[in-house]
Amino acid sequence: MDVIYTDNNATTRVADEVIQEMMPFLGEFYGNPSSMYTFGDRVGKKVRTARRQVAELINADPDEIIFMSCGTESDNAAVNAALEAFPEKKHLITSVVEHPAIKNLFSYLEDKKGYEVTFVPVDSKGRLDTQVLYDAMSDNTAMISLMWANNETGVIFPIAEIAQKAREKGILFHTDAVQAAGKVEIDVKKTGVDMLSLSGHKIHAPKGIAALYVKKGFKFPAFLIGGHQEGGRRGGTENTASIIGLGKACELARQNLGMMGTQVREMRDYLESRLLEEIPGTSVNGEREHRLPNTLSIGFDAVEGESILMLLDRKGICASSGSACTSGSLDPSHVLVAMEVPFKSAHGTIRFSLSHYNTKQEMDVIVDTLIPAIEKLRQMSPFWKDGKMV
Amino acid sequence: MWDYTDKVKEHFLNPKNVGELKDANGVGETGSLNCGDALKLFLKVNENDRIVDASFMTFGCASAVASSSALTEIIKGMTLDEAAKLTNDDISDYLGGLPKEKMHCSVMGQAALKKAIADYKGIQILEKPGEMVCECFDVTDLEIIDAVKTNGLETTEDVTNYLKAGGGCGKCLDRIEEVIASVNATEEK
Repeated sequence: MDVIYTDNNATTRVADEVIQEMMPFLGEFYGNPSSMYTFGDRVGKKVRTARRQVAELINADPDEIIFMSCGTESDNAAVNAALEAFPEKKHLITSVVEHPAIKNLFSYLEDKKGYEVTFVPVDSKGRLDTQVLYDAMSDNTAMISLMWANNETGVIFPIAEIAQKAREKGILFHTDAVQAAGKVEIDVKKTGVDMLSLSGHKIHAPKGIAALYVKKGFKFPAFLIGGHQEGGRRGGTENTASIIGLGKACELARQNLGMMGTQVREMRDYLESRLLEEIPGTSVNGEREHRLPNTLSIGFDAVEGESILMLLDRKGICASSGSACTSGSLDPSHVLVAMEVPFKSAHGTIRFSLSHYNTKQEMDVIVDTLIPAIEKLRQMSPFWKDGKMV
Repeated sequence: MWDYTDKVKEHFLNPKNVGELKDANGVGETGSLNCGDALKLFLKVNENDRIVDASFMTFGCASAVASSSALTEIIKGMTLDEAAKLTNDDISDYLGGLPKEKMHCSVMGQAALKKAIADYKGIQILEKPGEMVCECFDVTDLEIIDAVKTNGLETTEDVTNYLKAGGGCGKCLDRIEEVIASVNATEEK
């Protein structure tokens, strides 16, 4: 059975070009990039190229890029750096819809480390309440960390505007751009963010490699303390093959960015409109205007997400649901809860996240699978009768 | 991905006895849309107090559907007295086991059955005795004490997996911990 992979916000297929680029560095070119001989420097040169390629994706300078092991490390290192830079400031700002890498870290800092944290709310469309955000900024604020785009709904925050306000107030601003990188244009110089996280496996590089952009001039203290690697900003022998893979993936992402805005967006819009038209009791979560071009979070009334996923899985379709459905907590995800998406559709929310590897034909298979799947579950549901909610 | 048995998958994909039973004379409902799962059970009981037919309508995950389907299969042909003795473990065993995080699906089956039997007998199920602990899922301290004792539950997580208590807003988690501690304290004596 063919797999129809539409869960690219969870992880992505490693591009063939990326694997090609990496292979020699998993095999014959195993030298340490720091070594003082040609065999090692051969790897070193490729690592330098990769650093430049990553920098180019976000319009940074190569020495503003620090390689990390994952998006979570990149987020943690950024927050750690901010707290070390301003030890006397005890207030932090983030949002209620962040990825756990930030959300849980900020809750930890609040619970265990005595920080006061403002979790800025969102409205029913997933838009940030910027008034609350701007009002919360103070001399005591050590940092602001906000995602560029939301992983579940794809809703994009006004990062440039927020970065501008943060700069005016002299507050350090970090953005988790793990979901945005490779999907929308990112220019760190134009937006003026201080730090930015991105992750390889969301942009067709392997898992286990990520990067943190740190604006020149900010004295960045190491989070992983050790050797001289990464200019002393992150110890540990470089994950050379993966770094080289990330470089290539960033180069490809830059080339493919146009396709995201056209081909991928058109497929997403096609899937969205077919589902809305052909399945009653269906609604899109999040603001549709300012949204990642590849993401669709869609709720089906009166049915439950896991059941939908199981029926999609029968046809090899990979997507994710909007509820954790673990350990008895059948609550919808924190993102849908924060948006106050009604229970009737929140429990039945499915996220499709596309890539340029998808085809329009696959969108048709998804719709043609979903129509009878939803129908079947609704026939079973005590909350659905005669074509509507009861 | 959940480690569902083939039997769970089979009962999810091809559930038995789905839909409203037109001539039902006992109906039991449990759960709600807000909870994320709900079950409506229909019984047809004959003059000898035997369940001659049963059906269900379920909103929920695969194991909730499978548990409901299994429940209807198990109770068909049983007398009401036999059915009244059915436990959630019987449902889970019938399916070859459920992941522990999904045990509450079988508990939901048991609860709906109790209500359907009471409905047939014309008994009003009175407000539950004991002190309300989990308001999200309507679970009392007595129910938690009972579950802890019978199933040897040790943590709040166990309790949540069995009864869902504490799995909603989480406000009552401290209280659940106290209840578990109180059971352990009495048992040590």
